[in-house]
Amino acid sequence: MSVNEYDAIVVGSGISGGWAAKELSERGLKVLMLERGRNIEHIKDYKNAHKEAWDYPHHDVPTQQMKLDYPVLRRDYPLNESTFGMWANEKEAPYTEDKRFDWYRGYHVGGRSLLWGRQSYRFNEQDFLANAQEGIAVDWPIRYEDLAPWYDYVERFAGISGSREGLDVLPDGQFQPPIPLNCVEKDVAARIKKAFAGTRHLIHSRCANITEPKPEQGRTNCQYRAKCWLGCPFGGYFSTQSATLPAALKTGNLTLRPFSVVSRVLYDKDKKRATGVEVIDAQTNQVIEYKSKLVFLNASAFNSTWLLMNSATDVWEGGLGSSSGELGHNVMDHHFRVGASADVEGYLDKYTFGRRPAGFYIPRYRNWHKDKRDYLRGFGYQGSASRQGWQKDIREMGIGAELKAGLSEPGHWSIGMSAFGEILPYHDNRIYLNHQVKDKWGLPVLVMNVEIKQNELAMRKDMQADAMEMFEAAGLKNVKGYDSDYAPGMGIHEMGTARMGRDAKSSVLNKHNQVWDAPNVFVTDGACMTSASCVNPSLTYMALTARAAAFAVEELKRGNL
Amino acid sequence: MERRELLKMIAAATGAAFIGNPLALAAESAQRLGTGFSADDVLLLNEVAETIIPRTDSPGAKDANIGQLMTRLVSDCYLPSEQALFRQGMQKLNEAALSQFSKPFLLLEQKHKHSLLTELNDEAYRYNKQNKVRHWELGRPGGTPDEDKVLPHYFTLFKQLTLFGFFTSKPGATQVLRYVAVPGRYDGEFPYKKGDKAWAT
Repeated sequence: MSVNEYDAIVVGSGISGGWAAKELSERGLKVLMLERGRNIEHIKDYKNAHKEAWDYPHHDVPTQQMKLDYPVLRRDYPLNESTFGMWANEKEAPYTEDKRFDWYRGYHVGGRSLLWGRQSYRFNEQDFLANAQEGIAVDWPIRYEDLAPWYDYVERFAGISGSREGLDVLPDGQFQPPIPLNCVEKDVAARIKKAFAGTRHLIHSRCANITEPKPEQGRTNCQYRAKCWLGCPFGGYFSTQSATLPAALKTGNLTLRPFSVVSRVLYDKDKKRATGVEVIDAQTNQVIEYKSKLVFLNASAFNSTWLLMNSATDVWEGGLGSSSGELGHNVMDHHFRVGASADVEGYLDKYTFGRRPAGFYIPRYRNWHKDKRDYLRGFGYQGSASRQGWQKDIREMGIGAELKAGLSEPGHWSIGMSAFGEILPYHDNRIYLNHQVKDKWGLPVLVMNVEIKQNELAMRKDMQADAMEMFEAAGLKNVKGYDSDYAPGMGIHEMGTARMGRDAKSSVLNKHNQVWDAPNVFVTDGACMTSASCVNPSLTYMALTARAAAFAVEELKRGNL
Repeated sequence: MERRELLKMIAAATGAAFIGNPLALAAESAQRLGTGFSADDVLLLNEVAETIIPRTDSPGAKDANIGQLMTRLVSDCYLPSEQALFRQGMQKLNEAALSQFSKPFLLLEQKHKHSLLTELNDEAYRYNKQNKVRHWELGRPGGTPDEDKVLPHYFTLFKQLTLFGFFTSKPGATQVLRYVAVPGRYDGEFPYKKGDKAWAT
């Protein structure tokens, strides 16, 4: 093989790219993993991992200059000094909006695996059936049983903490011991269970923070510092850097190339196969071709689709995978920022020690079993209870020593939760190329045209009212509902745009995540999703990626690719 | 009063040793701070902050040099409209001190500083309520360009910056609040008795 030739190329190094690299290289393939951004080496490059607010010039507050430079990021919480440089440069890589879309991107080795929320839930059986039963979009080409063994497999390796609950709505997995609930959450859980006759469950979150060490991976259990986003020097949570990348490198089969902007998939229209990819070196602008037998697209949902749109345009004007008319369509996210908070009386002889990376979870119960609503699908809640810190109501404390003393003691307990709801796959929620606006490398950028519709708006009413109802039923005080509005993208769970399906006419990918028009091209990140469920999606990308990689290697050996 | 004399008195009144020799201050310009604020401004803001969060049996705002942090947060993180209000506030504060006690704020006795700022604190609550201003004194400093937020009373800015700055400073977080860098475990029923400090993070 020449230096520019590999068995497989993986585009992207985030959660799914890391899995693809690991699975393909462990199966003996020579793999090139391409990452458009800089390298971040595990531990060594986590430059802020041990810093506190006082170690930053502005105590972790974003400056006005940062807000000017990051007009998208400043719309929500991610812009701060501690994670600065971990989000895509918006000037170098812009996008345009027909409708507001908040796109939070991690352009560096590890991608958003360093910055993710780490909540890890399986889709349930119904999640794979609902589209077909309800006549929404298209049927998933796979069922829960197809993915279950792969969920087992990725959970064991990634390390997911959680409790086995025996709920059909949220299938159990291969869990490490859960992150504990605190005394208030346990009591509220018991009261909710009683008030709703066992139909609603407040349980431990399921989280990719490990509660037992994984010495074989060199990872220590979570230290409860709540600094996950700065990169964990303990390897306390699953990321490309802490888990999949070291495993892939250990095989000796992986080459990682940062600063590699993949501009298109090279396509042989006679053989109907991809032959490799074209790369622009992000620093030198040099254009390089890499050849391979397999191409895995794991560039994050929208960027994998962008790459397809920019490939094989001599054959299909809309790009590789566009023959179905579905490429770029059916954008999904999870809608949220709606829920309730309440005050909790008592428990003043109890406090907490340690900073948890996750709180509690209430799985979906709407449109489940006998429950029937005037909208489709459902939502789950994430929340936590805690005692107030110095940021509490201080009207009565005046100023001076009394104020200081008052603020230096914890306040009363309060509890809050936010609902995460399913967004249906609508054909007209789409992204497409804008050839008028170019990025730093002269490549066309994406246009976002996405909105939530009647089903989601109806669901949001329940998302707020139910949260209030549960807190009131649990006897809590000062219950306040909220709906802080949601703009598409804020969930940072972009899905769809290259969905899996049962035929080439209505979907971009088949049941093994192969592009119908180029079976040696696999897309296994959020782009492949046919529906969104209401649970956090990353665990499903991991399982789909591991499954597709195993299949790809078998097919390669059989001479089919 | 000559500036040199004023500075001497201020230094004596405030014990501002950490700033350096007060006689040298006159020559030290805003450029040294790089914020558009002068060393005198920092002195004043440290006194305001110290009156809001004083040293007791634990460090106060001046120990954490909150005055200096305030100038940095204002010049780098505040919107121009917030910066303007903050600067007006510094002026108004001195005007209030002069009209009530015939002295600039820095030369007031501690009890007068306290009573003046207590008055302003009450005034700020009334003003903010009337103008439907919320979430200011406990919020993170700095608005966002396209947000349309009503500005609070100027004293609320002093208080916001003092509280945020102090409780996220090392002395505030580790000596006034409690801080453990690496907890290593989570205990959801950790015993608490009245008087135990809150966790900093």
